[in-house]
Amino acid sequence: MSIQDDIKAAIAKALQDIPCVIGWGAGPEPLRATPLFMRNAADVENFTAGFLAVNNPALYLPSCKGVKTALVVKGCDARSVGQLVAENLVKRDELYLIGYPCSGVIDVDKVAARLEGKCEPGEVTRLREENEDVILDTPGGEVRLAKKDIAADKCARCRYPNAESADVFIGEKRAPVVDQDEYADLADFEKLSLEERKAFWEKELSRCIRCYACRNACPLCVCRDHCVASSREPHWLTQADGVRDKLFFQLIHATHLAGRCTGCGECERACPVGIPVLTLKRAFSRQVEDMFGYMAGIDVNTTPPLLTFRLEEPEIKEREW
Amino acid sequence: MVMNTDTAQKFVSFEALPAFLAKLAAGATLYAPRRENKAVVYRPWQAGDKVELSLRPTESCKHVVFPRSEELFSFDMGGDPEKPGKAGLTLQEASEPGPAVVFAALSCDARGFLAFDPVYDGCGTGGKAKDTYYLKRREKTTLIVRTCKSSLNTCFCTWVGGSPASSEGADALLTEINGGYLLEAVTDKGASLLASLPAASDEQSAASRAAREQAVQSAPQPPQDMIKAPAALGALFDSAAFWEKQSAHCIYCGACTYLCPTCYCFNITDESNGLKGLRMRSWDNCMSPLFTLETSGHNPRQEKANRLKNRVGHKFSYYPKIHSGRFSCCGCGRCIKSCPSSVDIRKIVLDAIKEAANV
Repeated sequence: MSIQDDIKAAIAKALQDIPCVIGWGAGPEPLRATPLFMRNAADVENFTAGFLAVNNPALYLPSCKGVKTALVVKGCDARSVGQLVAENLVKRDELYLIGYPCSGVIDVDKVAARLEGKCEPGEVTRLREENEDVILDTPGGEVRLAKKDIAADKCARCRYPNAESADVFIGEKRAPVVDQDEYADLADFEKLSLEERKAFWEKELSRCIRCYACRNACPLCVCRDHCVASSREPHWLTQADGVRDKLFFQLIHATHLAGRCTGCGECERACPVGIPVLTLKRAFSRQVEDMFGYMAGIDVNTTPPLLTFRLEEPEIKEREW
Repeated sequence: MVMNTDTAQKFVSFEALPAFLAKLAAGATLYAPRRENKAVVYRPWQAGDKVELSLRPTESCKHVVFPRSEELFSFDMGGDPEKPGKAGLTLQEASEPGPAVVFAALSCDARGFLAFDPVYDGCGTGGKAKDTYYLKRREKTTLIVRTCKSSLNTCFCTWVGGSPASSEGADALLTEINGGYLLEAVTDKGASLLASLPAASDEQSAASRAAREQAVQSAPQPPQDMIKAPAALGALFDSAAFWEKQSAHCIYCGACTYLCPTCYCFNITDESNGLKGLRMRSWDNCMSPLFTLETSGHNPRQEKANRLKNRVGHKFSYYPKIHSGRFSCCGCGRCIKSCPSSVDIRKIVLDAIKEAANV
């Protein structure tokens, strides 16, 4: 049996006691899967894991509160679950996690770049996986692409491919892609002067349509219907179509996720107009790692540093200022 | 006002396009698709800008006629800040919009405005309650619509009465042929923009016809029973189980709504600073719980299932029932293509038709 079949068997088994298992199924086009809520054997037949299993199913957990729910999780998804548990936003005993070794997920924008001049990703009629490659059927014939060239950025810096906290793990564990996230993307960005960075964000955010897909795709954005961006009273953000309010929201979002963001990248992937909003969150994550030695979503028994207080922080030399 | 298109066919070569665009931009704000990072958006065109025609635009051009936010008027309470009750209120009308031209709108986007028009032109009030803000911009906007060369997986304009080569809602049509573009006027407004261009040759006209026929051939076949959608969705109005299942993966952001060429809902807020401010109208989105939150705190659409039901029902049932069967969907597929969780409105409608047949 393939891993896919083994996972299906594990899902079917879980459904004997648990009403719903969340995973992925075929999406509206060959390059995209969709989150799948499985409740019976027929649903399980539609399950698909692997390179297209992009969405983070942890997103749906806060709305499943009080009902035992099972998730099929990649390593990065498991970190989001871990952080929700660490913050007591979901209960671990209400969860059942089915893990598998993830070898990376697709970034459709990267496929678009590879198909440039040939066709749009929306014209691909079929995708087949063949070991480390995918083969796409396009109007101009077959196109073979290496998975590593079209995988999400986060996959190239993956330290936790295995959903360590899973209740059942299907398949053999993979080695981490890297031992340390060097934040090379931030180093590149920080070569820009402050004025250039400001200009960069103003340009990028001028495209923002304020759909808040970034917020709603974030598994740790748990204020949901009570967001500062949608508050009528007080009316924190104006409705003006200006960069100021859009940047204001992004900074609130990133600040609120400091020490909580696990870097799953769903905010940036969800953005329909391609604004690199994960960069802001990664800047905070690096800061929290440096200052508190804390990585979100790894250890459910450690209180996240910004949710607690210590009289003396070893890395903050208050008395020496 | 439809013209005899045979006499109004013009040609512009790839090389001559920038000069033509410059001419258009001299008389109006010219919007053209531009690549920005991973997205393609309609921006005011300036000399030197590359027009992006190889990728379908991420957003529609609806914001040209229906801005994301627009000033309705400004106000100044005036007088003494300590005694606002005694102040002399002054109101200032917003400035008049200028003319605009959209270069290379999609045919689905042009048809999208046809769903807007009756709503803002006083339908249901015998034409009395006209929305002058919308109508002025609409009147002053000219749409140059491009023929699609192919269909995307998410395209379904043919399901809702459109076509990749439709001229409905267009002022002029733009079709890529060998060496450049054939432009043909559909309305007088379109014809006046093309006046300066050389006439197309018979060969070029034939090439354009062939390209347009080819586009129609490549379009997806519509399902047989779309006509049943309004009744089917009506029949499922109270089926909570159906809507909970359909909306399970929806994350209720506003991407579908804001990218949609036919979503026309808005909110009105006063954005004030001290005693002065603007009354502003801005896009609103029925997937957000705030959309229907009442002053009392009650929300008739607290659950996302009810909100998605409203979105789909509006487009495929409530609207067509009062607008001669026209769906308030132009089949551009952006709601599917850009949905972070791949919600597919086509599937919901087809599932509803199937489900209603069993009720």
